[in-house]
Amino acid sequence: MTQTQAQSPPPSSSGPSPLLQVRDLHVEFHTRDGVADAVNGVSFGVEAGETLAVLGESGSGKSVTAQAVMGILDIPPGRITGGEILFEGRDLLKTPAEERRRIRGARMAMIFQDALSSLNPVLSVGYQLGEMFRVHRGTSRKESRIKAVELMERVRIPAARARANDYPHQFSGGMRQRIMIAMALALEPQLIIADEPTTALDVTVQAQVMGLLADLQREYRMGLILITHDLGVVADVADRIAVMYAGRIVETAPVGELYRAPAHPYTKGLLDSIPRLDQKGQQLNAIKGLPPSLLRIPSGCSFHPRCPVARAVCRADEPPLYEVGTGRASACHFWKELLDGQ
Amino acid sequence: MGRYVIRRLLQMIPVFIGTTFLIFVMVYAVGDPVNAMFGDRAPDPATAAQLRAEFNLDKPVWQQYLLYMAHIFTGDFGNAFNGQPVTELMRTAFPITLRLAIIAIVFEVVVGIALGVITGLRRGRPVDSSVLMMTLVVISVPTFVTGTLAQYLLGVKWGWIQPAVSPAAPVGELLLPGLVLALLSLAYVTRLTRTSISENARADYVRTAVAKGLPRSRVTGRHLLRNSLIPVVTFLGTDVGNLMAGALVTERIFNIQGVGFQLWQGIVRQNSPTVVGFVTILVIVFLLANLIVDLLYAVLDPRIRYA
Ligand SMILES: Nc1ncnc2c1ncn2[C@@H]1O[C@H](COP(=O)(O)OP(=O)(O)OP(=O)(O)O)[C@@H](O)[C@H]1O
Ligand code: SF4
Ligand SMILES: [Mg+2]
Repeated sequence: MTQTQAQSPPPSSSGPSPLLQVRDLHVEFHTRDGVADAVNGVSFGVEAGETLAVLGESGSGKSVTAQAVMGILDIPPGRITGGEILFEGRDLLKTPAEERRRIRGARMAMIFQDALSSLNPVLSVGYQLGEMFRVHRGTSRKESRIKAVELMERVRIPAARARANDYPHQFSGGMRQRIMIAMALALEPQLIIADEPTTALDVTVQAQVMGLLADLQREYRMGLILITHDLGVVADVADRIAVMYAGRIVETAPVGELYRAPAHPYTKGLLDSIPRLDQKGQQLNAIKGLPPSLLRIPSGCSFHPRCPVARAVCRADEPPLYEVGTGRASACHFWKELLDGQ
Repeated sequence: MGRYVIRRLLQMIPVFIGTTFLIFVMVYAVGDPVNAMFGDRAPDPATAAQLRAEFNLDKPVWQQYLLYMAHIFTGDFGNAFNGQPVTELMRTAFPITLRLAIIAIVFEVVVGIALGVITGLRRGRPVDSSVLMMTLVVISVPTFVTGTLAQYLLGVKWGWIQPAVSPAAPVGELLLPGLVLALLSLAYVTRLTRTSISENARADYVRTAVAKGLPRSRVTGRHLLRNSLIPVVTFLGTDVGNLMAGALVTERIFNIQGVGFQLWQGIVRQNSPTVVGFVTILVIVFLLANLIVDLLYAVLDPRIRYA
């Protein structure tokens, strides 16, 4: 491991003790073809009231990281081979399963991408929402139903009282995702992890749902980890961004700075691939090539086969996560040149 | 829902007519019931003709069918070979077979689903492999072999049970025959539940249930099982026919005087009223059972609409 710097807490979280602190997390999957290194030494922190956006191509390990934090990883085939997940100061990886279950849903909650498949098709939404109160708070069936309706009203579902008896398939995509959000909010958790919460929705409702989530997050002062492909969404709601590539965080920075001056060629590639209104008709500068197989991650900088500015050293030496400014880090040997060139 | 049930009941009419007509034609086409009455002796032609006229056997088949149906609707199913009304045979035979079938279904549902859940959650482990082996054995051995073997070992060799069931067929004596009857379907229910459970265990909504912080028992019992049982219920519905066929074999082995026994008697003695009468009732039972299962299916899965 050459990534020594990543062991120390990222610069941005040096204030008050952060809500969530992930340190040098490693996750692998044992598959028929071999061991896939899905997460390779990820470190990040989230403070109360802060929104951290996690970006990266498909397969870069965003969801696996989230699942490891939530404690819902498929084990086997998955395995956490190292690291710490400190939540409110205690290491979840050393917490007994039963205690961890009580934290899940109550103190940290997750919003999934596809609300249709993520909600139980044979139980009414009122039941599924009320279940949170019944299980964690021991609320009676009747009272939990009332609370379920309140929750549905809070996420602005029209005619909530009548609709509590409906099943997930009877709602529109946007309304279903609101129900997912309501379920995550039910017990007012300290941390919410939203894994591509708007990807499955129509473009027209994406903004509404995202806006709702951002409002509620502000209202409850929750920490929010927002996993997304959508750089457009990030700019509006996130405080900080972490960019992942092949199971590593390759750059992390406050939103504005990252957009203005990326310190990693991969981030720059991602930004260049955003379709812009003023460039209509022009070819998108998508990053060439495909992400590496996690069974055989390239030596040195794992991005080197696709990097437009790679040099010989990149093939041999793995760049550590360099501190490149206040609250900024980049895992590129040539971050300085990049920043200077902009 | 009420409208759906009425429509389904109406749809049963053509199915009912079709199946009963078919069985009627087959029974009356294979043998000459008048000849059968006389056994090995050749009947006197005059008497035979008289009997044929009496039973309407000289008329075309479709007319015979209509006359027969008309009788049925007045509650007259004709007489068995010994002169007893068929309805009387039914009154003693159906409750016995019903008892046997309920015992078998309880075995299938309780044991089959329990084994399916256990193996489905522990796929590839020793419990799973051994139960899977057992279901394979059960599926590949015909019911009459398992039945005869169980009867010989438990009834004759070790003397744990009565090898033959008494005419009244109390529940206690029907337990082993019920298990034998259930065995094949039980194996299928186990395998189906196992597949369904292990597939659904990876579903997104199960992951959500875990992420909600629900206890394992609740994740399995409330979320996983409800969804996994949907295909099992469908199977149980389509399996009613097999259960009837199995009852015929099982009743023969254990000498249970139920529907299978009477039907068998009717067939070997070529007594058409018995055969057609019993089959007619069985068709109705089968159709109603399927309707009930369809309704149950919709209760389990709200995505199914009664349309
Ligand atoms: N259940 C699993 N079994 C085996 N391998 C898995 C499993 N889950 C994830 N992986 C591996 O981990 C890699 C990273 O997956 P992950 O879901 O974290 O990607 P992601 O960044 O969330 O991508 P996407 O944007 O497509 O959601 C996958 O490419 C796969 O190789
Ligand atoms: S270290 Fe080299 S290969 Fe990696 S991103 Fe920087 S320049 Fe490109
Ligand atoms: Mg993902």
